[in-house]
Amino acid sequence: MQYPKELFVRLTEKDVQAEIIRPSITYWQDAWRRLKKNPVAMISLIFIVFLLLVALFGPYFSPYSYSDQDFDRQNQGPSIEHPFGTDSLGRDQLVRVMYGARISLSVGFVASLTTFIIGVIYGGISGYAGGRVDNIMMRIVDILYSIPFLLWVIMLMVLFREIFPATGGGAGLYSIFIALGLVFWLPMARIVRGQILSLKEQEFALAAQTIGAPKWKILFRHLIPNAMGPIIVTATLSIPEAIFSEAFLSFIGLGVSAPMASWGMLASDALSSLRSFPHLLMFPALAISVTLLAFNFLGDGLQDALDPRMRK
Amino acid sequence: MLGYLIRRLLSAIFAIWVVITVTFIFMHLIPGGPFQTEKAIPEAIKENIEARYKLDQPLHIQYLDYLGNVVRGDLGPSYKYRGQTVNDIISERFPVSLQLGLLTFVIAIVLGMGAGIVAALYQGRMPDYITMFFSTVGISVPSFILGTLLMYVFAFRLGLLPAAMWGTPQHVIMPAVALAGLPTAFIARLTRSSMLDVLNQDYMRTALAKGLSRLRIIWVHAVKNAIIPVITYSGPLLAAILTGSFIVENIFAVPGLGKHFVTSIYNRDYTVILGLTIFYSILLIGLNMFVDFAYTLIDPRIKLTGGKE
Repeated sequence: MQYPKELFVRLTEKDVQAEIIRPSITYWQDAWRRLKKNPVAMISLIFIVFLLLVALFGPYFSPYSYSDQDFDRQNQGPSIEHPFGTDSLGRDQLVRVMYGARISLSVGFVASLTTFIIGVIYGGISGYAGGRVDNIMMRIVDILYSIPFLLWVIMLMVLFREIFPATGGGAGLYSIFIALGLVFWLPMARIVRGQILSLKEQEFALAAQTIGAPKWKILFRHLIPNAMGPIIVTATLSIPEAIFSEAFLSFIGLGVSAPMASWGMLASDALSSLRSFPHLLMFPALAISVTLLAFNFLGDGLQDALDPRMRK
Repeated sequence: MLGYLIRRLLSAIFAIWVVITVTFIFMHLIPGGPFQTEKAIPEAIKENIEARYKLDQPLHIQYLDYLGNVVRGDLGPSYKYRGQTVNDIISERFPVSLQLGLLTFVIAIVLGMGAGIVAALYQGRMPDYITMFFSTVGISVPSFILGTLLMYVFAFRLGLLPAAMWGTPQHVIMPAVALAGLPTAFIARLTRSSMLDVLNQDYMRTALAKGLSRLRIIWVHAVKNAIIPVITYSGPLLAAILTGSFIVENIFAVPGLGKHFVTSIYNRDYTVILGLTIFYSILLIGLNMFVDFAYTLIDPRIKLTGGKE
C-alpha cells in the first residue's frame, strides 16, 4: 500500500520541543541521583575514597616504614618530621596509622565480599526452595544467631591461632578474613531470603518459569538482581561492623601480629602510656571513629537511595 | 500459649547443645594438648595429668563426659590454675560483671529512651538534632575508644574518678558509661522512630480530642506503645553489654568475668574458654527466651505461632 506524500507533514522546531519526553533512567541512575542529593552520604563517600587512596599510596610517600625504629625519638608528640608523633619504640605514628587503614579497609571489604557471596547464595537458595529446606536452613541461621557473632569470631580466632602458628603471636590477617567471613553472612542470608520469598511470587518469575528457564537461572538472573538494593545496603553496613570487629580483636590480642599495625592494636598499645602520651591514642581513635561514622552514613544514604520505600 | 512455651524452650535447649558441641569440637581441633607448651615433664607425670583431666580417653567419651557434666552444672577444671574450676571462677567473678551489666542496662534504657522521646516530641527542632547527632556519634565510637577517652579526661586530666580497680561506687561509673555508650545511642534512635510512628496514629488524635492532657497522652498512650521495639532490642543489647565487657573490664581493670575471659584467651586456658563460652551462651539464650515471653505478654497483638513468620 502506498501513502500519498501529502500525508507527511514536516514538523516545525516547536513541535519537536513538545514531543520530547523525559529521558528514561534506570534504577541505578535514579539511585545515584538520589544519593547525590544527600550531602552527608556524599561527604562520607568522598572521605572513604580519600581514605582508600591514603591506605593504598600513603605509605609510599612516607620516609619511614611501619617497623622503622628511632630510639632517639621515642614517644614524641606531633612534629614536622612525625606529624602524628612517634610511639614507644620510636616508630612513626602517621605511617602506622596509614598501614592500619590498609588493614582495616581490607578487612572491611573482604568481609563484606564474603558476606555478599555466602549470604546471597544461602539466603537465595533458602528463600527460593521454600518449605522444609527453607525451614531447616533458617533454623540453622537462628541457632548461630542466638549467640553474639563476636563470641563466634573469638572462638574461631582462638582456634586459628593454634592451627596456623606460623603467623606469630597474633592470629594474622587471613585468619581474621576467614573468621569474619564465616560469621558475618547471617544477616545477609536473612535479608536475601525475605526478598526472594516475596519476589518469587511475582509475575516475572512465573513468566521465566513458563518459558522453561532453569531454576538456578531464575534465582540468579531474575530474582537476585531485583533484590540488589537491600543486598548492597546490607553489604555496605557490614563493612563498619567488620572494621569494628577487627579493632576489637586486635584490642584483646587476637588480631594481626606485631610489628604490623592495625588501628585496634595502636589504640591498645596507647592505653599503657595514656597518662603521659595521649597523642598515641588520639590518632588511631579518631581514625576508627571517623571511618565507622563515614561507612554508617554512607550505608544510611544508600538505604534511602536504593530502597525508597523504606524511607522514613 | 503452653505449646509455644514448650517449643521455645526446646529450641533454646537445642541451640545450647549446638553451642556446646561446636565449641567442644573447636577446642579439640587445636593441635597438641593443653600441656604441650609446658616444660618437658617425665612421661609418668604426663600420663598422670592426662588421666586426671581425662585426656587419655577417646574423644567421644570425653565429649559425652563433658556434656553430662555441663548438664549437671559442672563446667570443668581450669588447666592453667590448678585446683580452680570454671564454676569457681564464675561464682567469684560474675557478680562483679553482673553489677556492671545491670547499671549499664539501666543507663542505656533510661538515657536512651529519654533522649529518644524528647527527640520525637521536638522533631525537626534543636533537641532532635542534638540527640540525633550524639546518637550517630555514639554508634560509631567503639567502647574501647570511649572508655580510654573517659579515662584520660576524668581520671588523668580532671582527677575526678579512679582510673582502675573496683570496690567503691566511683569505680563503677566510667566502665558503665563506656559500656552504655553504644546501646544508649541505638535505643535513642529506636525510641525516636517508634515514637514518631505512634504519634502519627489516629488514636493519638482521638486521645487529644477526648481532652486528655498532653502529659497523659505522651506517657500513657505514646510511650507504652513505643516501648515495644525497644524490648525487641534487648537481645542485641545484652549481647553488646556482654562482648563490650571483655574490653571495658580490661581497660578499667575490673575484676569481672569479661576480664578473666580475655585473660584465659591470652593464657590459652582452653577449658576456661570453653566453659565461659558455654556459660555466656546459656545466659544469653536464656535471657532472650525470657524477653520473648515477656514480649508476648506485653503486646497481645503478637501471634504465638512458634517462630514462623
